[in-house]
Amino acid sequence: MASMREIKRRKGSIQSTQQITKAMKLVSTVKLQRAKGRAESSKPYFDYMYDTVSSMLAKSGNISHPYLQAGDSPKKAIIVITSNRGLAGGYNSNITKLVRNSDIKKEDAVIYAIGRKGRDSLARYGYEIKADYSEVINDPMYKDAAEIGAAVLEAFSNNEVGEIYLAYTRFKNTVSHIPTMIKLLPVDSTMAKKDEDQEQSSEAKTIEELTLMNYEPEAEEALDMIIPKYMNSLIYGALVEALASENGARMQAMDSATNNAEDMISDLTLSYNRARQSSITQELTEIVAGASAIN
Amino acid sequence: MADTNTFDLQIVTPDRIFFQGDAQMIELKTTEGDIGVLKGHIPLTAIVAPGVLKITNGEEVKEAALLSGFLEILQDKVIILAESCEWPEEIDVNRANEAKIRAERRLKGTDSGQVNVTRAEMALRRSLVRIELAQKTGR
Repeated sequence: MASMREIKRRKGSIQSTQQITKAMKLVSTVKLQRAKGRAESSKPYFDYMYDTVSSMLAKSGNISHPYLQAGDSPKKAIIVITSNRGLAGGYNSNITKLVRNSDIKKEDAVIYAIGRKGRDSLARYGYEIKADYSEVINDPMYKDAAEIGAAVLEAFSNNEVGEIYLAYTRFKNTVSHIPTMIKLLPVDSTMAKKDEDQEQSSEAKTIEELTLMNYEPEAEEALDMIIPKYMNSLIYGALVEALASENGARMQAMDSATNNAEDMISDLTLSYNRARQSSITQELTEIVAGASAIN
Repeated sequence: MADTNTFDLQIVTPDRIFFQGDAQMIELKTTEGDIGVLKGHIPLTAIVAPGVLKITNGEEVKEAALLSGFLEILQDKVIILAESCEWPEEIDVNRANEAKIRAERRLKGTDSGQVNVTRAEMALRRSLVRIELAQKTGR
């Protein structure tokens, strides 16, 4: 059995670790609240954006437009959103895994990294990192999203990449975050992002579909301007959701770390008390033995 | 008597729902020119150009700087998806002035490419709208 002093030292070290994890948990709880509020207040914009773009595409089904067709280049751009800091459980590695297990081959992928952790681990696996916007994730603004959107769109128009994907962690609720990969361009006319939250608006959509929409300027030209906005809004939405997910994941990780520390401390307390008891017993036995030797 | 000549107006920005409520008329600037929308307008999707948005509801007239985005007019509902939209009291006049000067300087400089010129023009127009609206409300 380990000595009393050793156990005590170990216990002290775990206790101070626990204090740190506890503090980190509190901090990420607060940050989560803020990020969550932000994600929620930005949600209506994306829902409307999504509805508008999908109804536009549904009505003007067979127009040909560069944004609706894949480019010739075999390269595929992936915008990967992770965090700048670790200690968030599987948050970052889940995204990296998602990218690595996707159908996109390593040689074809061009990474636009947002978040240092994802950038570093993908670089380690040998992915080509085209650009890095890691500061953005600390405090995402719409302007940042627009900048990133413009960069990838330029690569798309110059035929450097043929398709654009976005990998981020969806914030479903406080405890469940889903690593997701969506296709930004070319816009799928039969958009894949059908979700439970999308169903409620389907009723409204059928009414909209009955009315004939006019475009000013013409539909093609309107698409030209709306699709970049649509992309930017998706990127912005992904950024705020990823931030909320990051803090949620960190909160959970820190919560379980605190609980584990608690368990370890109680185990150590038990063995400390045992060690103490046995040392007292031993001392007593020695004293008694010594006393009886004198008599 | 219920007011029947109003329609539902929603202005949504990435950060928040900017405005939600009834309006009798809105006036704004699109890329194709200024338009006014009353109830029963034909369904229309248009792109917003930087300008002053005027929301009229009875006696009440509200103005805001609407800078970019697009709008969708449906039968009894208008949705403006704005990338940025500000009430007069939210406008930072100093910043707008600085942006104006910066954009003007950039336009005078001849070395920059075509893209930068359009960008500077857009920036100039945005700052002018902000300044105009801020001055109108007497600040």
